[in-house]
Amino acid sequence: MRVLTIARLTILEASRRKLLIALALLTVVVVILTSWGFSRLPTMKGVTPAEVRLAASQLTILVAFMFSGVLALGSILVAAPSIASDIESGIALAILPRPIRRSEVLMGKWLGLAVLVTLYAAGSGVLELLGIWWGTGYLPPNPVAALAFVAAEGIVLMTLALLLSTRMAPMTGGVIALVLFFVAWIGGIALAIGQTFANDTIINIGVGSRLLIPTDGLWHGAIFYLEPSDFLAAARAAGRARAGNPFFADQPPPVIYVAWVVAWLAGLLALANVSFAKRDL
Amino acid sequence: MQRPSSDRVDLNPIEAADAASLAVHTQDLAKRYGKTVALSGLTMSVRRAEVFGFLGPNGAGKTTAVKLLVGLALPTAGQGWVLGAPIGDLQTRRRLGYLPELFRYQGWMKAREVLGLHCELSGMARSEWKKEIDLALDMVGLTDRADDKVEGFSKGMQQRLGLGVALLGRPELVLLDEPTSALDPVGRHDVREIIRQLKARGTAVFLNSHLLSEVEQICDRLAVVDHGRVIATGTMAQILGRDGAVRVRVTGLPAADRVGLSEFGNLEDEGEWLTFRGLSPDRVPDLVTEIVRQGGRVYAVEPRHETLEDRFLQLLKEQDD
Repeated sequence: MRVLTIARLTILEASRRKLLIALALLTVVVVILTSWGFSRLPTMKGVTPAEVRLAASQLTILVAFMFSGVLALGSILVAAPSIASDIESGIALAILPRPIRRSEVLMGKWLGLAVLVTLYAAGSGVLELLGIWWGTGYLPPNPVAALAFVAAEGIVLMTLALLLSTRMAPMTGGVIALVLFFVAWIGGIALAIGQTFANDTIINIGVGSRLLIPTDGLWHGAIFYLEPSDFLAAARAAGRARAGNPFFADQPPPVIYVAWVVAWLAGLLALANVSFAKRDL
Repeated sequence: MQRPSSDRVDLNPIEAADAASLAVHTQDLAKRYGKTVALSGLTMSVRRAEVFGFLGPNGAGKTTAVKLLVGLALPTAGQGWVLGAPIGDLQTRRRLGYLPELFRYQGWMKAREVLGLHCELSGMARSEWKKEIDLALDMVGLTDRADDKVEGFSKGMQQRLGLGVALLGRPELVLLDEPTSALDPVGRHDVREIIRQLKARGTAVFLNSHLLSEVEQICDRLAVVDHGRVIATGTMAQILGRDGAVRVRVTGLPAADRVGLSEFGNLEDEGEWLTFRGLSPDRVPDLVTEIVRQGGRVYAVEPRHETLEDRFLQLLKEQDD
């Protein structure tokens, strides 16, 4: 199956170019440092176990934000050149006259990159959560769901960058994906503010941004599954005080939203296939 | 710039071309990039097991034509068949070898791995890979560098590897786009030998080149393209024409009298040497008699065979006039 050949080639390239080992080493360093930091929490003077738990839960979300940020930017950086640089360098000219469809090349690249994104999300997430558990005894309520949402955020950005890569230079596609990622993040904050103050216009803008670029919606899914129930209850009681906090999620993403993200991914992949198939090389 | 189709000098049309029996057949194949016409109505045929030269100046549309044949670009008009199937046909690509003009392989892979990848992509049975890879490496002289990474290869070695990739799986048609552009004289000689071997085993070779000497040495037939259109096609003898030229070394003939000699052919006056183009051999004695009659002293009479370069430049000039 030629899709798997290209997927294997994509993963092999990441490995041979030392991307995997660099990420693994940096992740281990970050996990060791943060775990040491978490282990200091219970040793602070006069701190109660409840306070340690609350602080650990909030810091876990911040650390998850850092990892999801690395994953998001990393996904853009590896996907934006994937097709474009093969065309620029002439690698595509040698491969595409073989009996392989362009859609097989594109889907192979997507599959290989999706495996890399998922591996990084799962590997770094599990290591970090183990470190936090070792340092404080705290584990978030639903770590698997949280990691799945973080990985999905990376896959969404990777797919967007891959689509842009079928028509644009790596630098241009990468910058556009990056800008859209941050615009979506601000859109998510706008949505929270709009909901708190019941402003329909701002709510519509926020919802629109979450539908067009679902990264922030997925990030809030990850946050929700990292929040312990007692913290959630306290935050809800705080009312307007939490407005616009980008590290708080009141509700899990509805099933219909998850379905929308799946449809969004399928739509973008279809668009990428059409775009690549029609491109003259 | 488009030219009327009547400009085309089709010296050897293949009658009632049966696309299935030909390696390549195109009918008015055209390609536009926006307003730019890269290829305007390419009609040509390449027979099986022949070495076909595709000759033209830079920007004539040679690479565009090859890209259309291997499915890298989509034609805007016309039709084409490769090995009997419409261009772009997926299964037919198993029987094709292609060396692009500007290409690179994955620098992080070893030469043997690059060849293995192409064996896999072409759908070759895994049991045949080693034999095919070793054969290709041997043919292009890269056996000693098989386990080196491609990023350490010189341009010439990359070109050899590209040629090796194109030869994998014993293709029925090999399309080579400027195969010797990065090679030294030894490499060029090796490529010519490889092309001769391919021909000997029945493989058709489509050689895209602007190196006239290369085409002259190895091609059975050729097409000359200019401004995206074939302006001449046929065997080398047909392209060069039967009427040769004669060079005569003369002294003592005033310039005014020389003009009168132009009735013998297209005269080029280079001082002591006069060249008469389009002069049939049986008129050479008459020419010499006439020169002597006018008081000229003849030191040498040399029949001159027109080179492909002469003919090529003449064809391009005729098109521009």
